[in-house]
Amino acid sequence: MSNSTFNSATDVSYLEYQGKHKGLAGWLLSVDHKRIALLYLFSVLSFFLVGLTFGFLMRLELIAPGRTIMDPQTYNSFFTLHGIIMIFLFVVPGLPAIFGNFFLPLVLGAPDVAFPRLNLLSWYLYIIGGAVALISVFLPGGPVDTGWTFYVPYSVRTNTNVIPAMVGAFILGFSSIVTGLNFVVTIHRMRAKGMTFFRMPLFSWSLYATSWIQVLATPIIGITLIMVIFERVFKVGIFDPTLGGDPVLYQHLFWIYSHPAVYIMILPAMGVISEIIPVFSRKTIFGYKFIAFSSLGIAFFGSLVWAHHMFTSGMSTTASIIFSLLTFLVAIPSAVKVFNWVATLYKGSISLEPPMLYALAFIFLFSIGGFTGLIQGALSVDLHIHDTSFIVAHFHYVMFGGTGFGIFAGLHYWFPKMFGRKYNLKVATGAFWALFVGFNLLYFPMFIMGWLGMPRRYYDYLPEFTIYHQISTYGSWILVTAVLVMFGNFLSAIRKGEKTSEPNTWGGTTLEWETTTPPPLLNFKEAPVVTGEPYHYGDAAESAGKEAK
Amino acid sequence: MSTSAEHVEGHMEHRDDVASRMGVWLFLFTELLLFGGMFLVFAVYKYIHYDEFHLAAKELNSSIGALNTIILLTSSLTIALSITALQQGKKMLSIYLQVLTIVFAFGFMINKYVEWSSKISHGIYPGSEELLAKTSGEILFFGLYYVMTGLHALHVIIGVILIAFMTYGTIKNTINSDKYVRLEAAGLYWHLVDVIWIFLFPLFYLIA
Amino acid sequence: MSDHHSPEEHSHHPSYGTYIVIWLALLGLTALTVAVAGISFGNLAVFVALIVATIKSYLVVTIFMHIKIESKVFTYFIFAALFFFVVSLILLFADYRYL
Repeated sequence: MSNSTFNSATDVSYLEYQGKHKGLAGWLLSVDHKRIALLYLFSVLSFFLVGLTFGFLMRLELIAPGRTIMDPQTYNSFFTLHGIIMIFLFVVPGLPAIFGNFFLPLVLGAPDVAFPRLNLLSWYLYIIGGAVALISVFLPGGPVDTGWTFYVPYSVRTNTNVIPAMVGAFILGFSSIVTGLNFVVTIHRMRAKGMTFFRMPLFSWSLYATSWIQVLATPIIGITLIMVIFERVFKVGIFDPTLGGDPVLYQHLFWIYSHPAVYIMILPAMGVISEIIPVFSRKTIFGYKFIAFSSLGIAFFGSLVWAHHMFTSGMSTTASIIFSLLTFLVAIPSAVKVFNWVATLYKGSISLEPPMLYALAFIFLFSIGGFTGLIQGALSVDLHIHDTSFIVAHFHYVMFGGTGFGIFAGLHYWFPKMFGRKYNLKVATGAFWALFVGFNLLYFPMFIMGWLGMPRRYYDYLPEFTIYHQISTYGSWILVTAVLVMFGNFLSAIRKGEKTSEPNTWGGTTLEWETTTPPPLLNFKEAPVVTGEPYHYGDAAESAGKEAK
Repeated sequence: MSTSAEHVEGHMEHRDDVASRMGVWLFLFTELLLFGGMFLVFAVYKYIHYDEFHLAAKELNSSIGALNTIILLTSSLTIALSITALQQGKKMLSIYLQVLTIVFAFGFMINKYVEWSSKISHGIYPGSEELLAKTSGEILFFGLYYVMTGLHALHVIIGVILIAFMTYGTIKNTINSDKYVRLEAAGLYWHLVDVIWIFLFPLFYLIA
Repeated sequence: MSDHHSPEEHSHHPSYGTYIVIWLALLGLTALTVAVAGISFGNLAVFVALIVATIKSYLVVTIFMHIKIESKVFTYFIFAALFFFVVSLILLFADYRYL
């Protein structure tokens, strides 16, 4: 490509670039992947704050047994909305749509994603889907109260606004598919000259695996929700037991998507961690190929374990045993990653900057979440802890402690590159420790009370659980404060943070650190040519060279 | 469906037809699995309610089903031929073939209309008293029949709209013997609609 | 990588003749599957019908949809998608078959 005549596209940063559209339209109509990523950043984090509010209020309600601040029906709606928002609007799109959009083309050395206009479309679908889902709160009939899982038959019978929530989830699924499709084609067709698959940074590998799950699994939940909508609107008999249908079949179809979706959420976060660990330990990543293939392995095995959500549903014992076995197998590729990260740290020159703190916290929290997942994968134990707050603690350790911390890690890591500004490191470090402490205070007691028999989604509880609920609620206060401080730190950095044009903030070796800060519209002055491995630090590079053979 | 990867305001004309077709194929997978989800439901219920499904399938008119299969297969041929024609620079032939495809699609829809309205006039439609009086296997069969063939028909309609746009583009020369990847995309979509019908037809009409 | 950077690739499409032969084959298979449905094969009937449908789809996908002349990577993609569906079906029946 010849860029000499289009200086503004390579010399000016994407933030200052003036295209055909000016001002707000320059953002809302821009097909630049970096601007779309920022649109996603602000919308995803806004929805996150809404979801956080619902969660905070639920915790407040649970500080004491009996009614505290809301009635049971409101509580039901709150945990449903908290789930829908956090799953469909925060963790699923979070990493791919924000950092995948911004950095996938950069780390591949490409000027943009394969289909820039589709990329913008996916953001509009995201906004429309989110709006439709949230409108249900204000329509007559009341907010949806089925839980984010929309289990039949209740979702066919309840009079609350199930349909808008389902239509919203369907549209959000579409947005997710479009992003995934775009990334698969981008990775296949847009890599820089010389960048083979095994010279791709691990973040792109994790996005590749994620994107395939998005493309293949999302349609299943789309059609399942449509069938439930048909049941409600046209009285078609599909899952409704009064018409001969099988509600357990609904659960199967729901989890055929929603279990792989868990890996849509966690895989990109693992990719971010794989980027951060080598940079902040100044060592070549240990076991590059193993980490790369373990992403595909997780995507593969992750598609085969869905029914471990249904051990108590009355499913056949044979199926339960098979799914339990397969569930244990997923632990292998996940553990491969954790071991390789830890091995990378070994004898590294570790610097505990905020991105690294979040990455290390990720390993710690994800390990707890992962191990407790295995506990539930064991059939006999699961009968005891199924639908207790043990499971709530488990998936918050994985989803929030994993993906959430992964998003925050990425934000701290790439923020200077994205905005060309520095954030306050001291405030960021303080917020991190508060978040870490608050998080564990909030969720760890749930393991204990779940083990003791506290059911999930319950509005009221027996007096002996009070102490755990109280600790948990205090933790939520610390956590919310920490999140607000962290976001405040970023906002003030965007507005009046020290400007930086240093290309390489942390000493990274991947391509995004070679271009100017913030990157120009077409990402690179000249199309980069790749000649070696993505991570090379001193002597360690030699061992990596050996391993690549 | 974006079929060419153009950068901002045409600053960088980046054309990659393979990428475009790859994108279309990935989209087709999502369509395939959308129907795949319904096929999973169908398979399970057919397994559980084996006899009732056979009984219910007797109500369907397999001649209409076979006729529609022939129509769709032929329309698949015409759209495939239209691409080859355009590639060889025979613009008018390509346009005729595209229009013929649309005509076949209308034929399919008319058949479908006749079929559905005869079912509905017999009182067999979701929620009708006649249907609810039947066994649960039959209720499920007809529920799936309406949902699956209905969604398939919706895809036929979308396909017609897509092909109509392509015909317009061919007339206007924006789709021509050098740049025809959008027509290929519409063609791929249309073939997928055909493939889905290839499976719907025996599963609903021929299991009696 | 075989799928890397070959923009504006124009594949050579099959001739009219090939298409028409395939179309005739598809019509023949349709006739076959309808005829066979008349014979009472019992449990095998659905199986036979699905085999015929699979052959028909194979023809449409390889010839009409050009997978035969497309880059190999497209074939791998299709296998990935089919694999996901088939495995889901098998595991689903792990429940219903042994209930």
